[in-house]
Amino acid sequence: MAFLYALPGAVAEGLIWGLMAIGLYISYKILDIADLTVDGSICTGACVCAVLLGRGIPVGVCVLLAFLAGALAGVVTGLLHTALGIPSILAGILTQLMLYSVNLSILGGKSLLAVDPRANTLLVHMSSNPRSIVVLVVLSAALIVGLWLFFYTEIGLTLKSTGDNPDMSRAQGVNVKLNKVIGLAIANGLVALSGAMLAQYKGSASINDGRGAIVIGLAAIFIGLSVSLKIKPNFVVSLIGVIGGSIVYYIVYNFVILLGLKTDYLKMLSAIIVALFLAVPYLKGEYFSKPKAVLPTGVQEDGGNADA
Amino acid sequence: MPMLKIKNLCKTFNPGTINAKTALAGLNLELKDGDFVTVIGGNGAGKSTLLNAISGVWKPDRGTIEIDGVDVTHMPEHKRAAFLGRVFQDPMKGTAPDMEIAENLAIAARRGTKRRFVWGVRKAERVRYRELLATLELGLEDRLSSKVGLLSGGQRQAVTLLMATLQRPKLLLLDEHTAALDPKTAAKVLELTDRIVSENKLTTLMITHNMKDAIAHGNRLIMMHEGRVIVDVEGEEKQKLTVEDLLKLFNQQSGAEFTNDRAILG
Repeated sequence: MAFLYALPGAVAEGLIWGLMAIGLYISYKILDIADLTVDGSICTGACVCAVLLGRGIPVGVCVLLAFLAGALAGVVTGLLHTALGIPSILAGILTQLMLYSVNLSILGGKSLLAVDPRANTLLVHMSSNPRSIVVLVVLSAALIVGLWLFFYTEIGLTLKSTGDNPDMSRAQGVNVKLNKVIGLAIANGLVALSGAMLAQYKGSASINDGRGAIVIGLAAIFIGLSVSLKIKPNFVVSLIGVIGGSIVYYIVYNFVILLGLKTDYLKMLSAIIVALFLAVPYLKGEYFSKPKAVLPTGVQEDGGNADA
Repeated sequence: MPMLKIKNLCKTFNPGTINAKTALAGLNLELKDGDFVTVIGGNGAGKSTLLNAISGVWKPDRGTIEIDGVDVTHMPEHKRAAFLGRVFQDPMKGTAPDMEIAENLAIAARRGTKRRFVWGVRKAERVRYRELLATLELGLEDRLSSKVGLLSGGQRQAVTLLMATLQRPKLLLLDEHTAALDPKTAAKVLELTDRIVSENKLTTLMITHNMKDAIAHGNRLIMMHEGRVIVDVEGEEKQKLTVEDLLKLFNQQSGAEFTNDRAILG
């Protein structure tokens, strides 16, 4: 009973983190970069939104500026990586550390800033889950359509090829460095957008928001893709799957809390879930694989040998 | 005006270390418009280094490279791509495996143009791609929406060749593009290469490890040794060459025995 009572909140939180997971999907799956900036940029989004709301700025503008702040963080990581030659994973860690200072100064040196739901019109808040869920579903749907259109434009296709095969991309005249910066900007913009929604939903922004966010995002991606890739391996279904994965994650999360697991152990649980998803394909290949036929299915007999 | 003009090109890898390796030692080369040049040479002769220098993978230590009168020596790789069609030795390198055949072709079709926020693969293009794929005779014309990763190595090289020539390049660079294929598939891809090059009158530089192929294809043959061109024959003289002639030429010019693990001599 208590579980059912907690369900709407879990769905709402899952949807908010789903936005974050979509951002991570762009960096991790499309650009093939494990971008650790997100732990900082989700917090930046929350801080920017909370501070601006406190100044009486309309919520729509707050969310937009939060997105831009996150995008800027992505540009910093992108430039550290492409212009200064720092490996992408380190570039992300460096930006994340910078953002800790940035976020503290955005919050004016405090570690927590409350958002008064009575003084501000908020898009989402934990006191009205049904309304929050509707807003988040509409926002997610708009985002999916927008990204779907974008990634099938001439520019969007080169962003996909940049992650898929940088050698081929360069040979076809694609500016791989610029594309990585653009992709990281979009990804972190979305992550910060998720942070902005999170601050509204919780009614506060904290300097500790987003610690371990990348792990939650990855968990959502793995859970989601494990189902959606079996249904249809295309872009839109994958994104829906990622959001679904995030919701499933938060339902399980709440369920585990209700079972009585100490909240201290939750980050451990998240990390184990992600470790399992990362390990299973490897273990399968290493210990449980049988030799397969050489020709992949659907390859024509006269089309040359697959082992060529 | 020559289509490609290389003057005094030098490149040393790991300079100043015990692993220092001079790959190009003052190489000079000029290609006329429409030249189809085959390149042979022993291990470490600098064949691939030459192609990478032209493509802009890294900057040379000295020397200049001009393509159709434009000095590209300091132009970044993605900008130079506007002039070049490239097919790599590794069939995995030339195509994006997780993207559709049509998407790969569409990206290649826009090489050298400013990419915009408009639909990435248009309907009319699909019709054109279907026709072009049909000419490959690999049954790919009905698989426009298939992921390239599902294709065999030979199919991927054929698609890469198509991608390299969709936008007519000023220079086609083929880096042992059949070396990783089985003999039957390699022959088919070579035949395709000949057809595409002659139909479009492309200026071409083709590295091969097969001396017979080097003689049978193209109108000009160069042999490299220690980062320089040591043999350069064309026209009728080239047509009359035999593998024995080539080996003799090599020994005369270089004072060394021809060594290449993968060279197919007979």
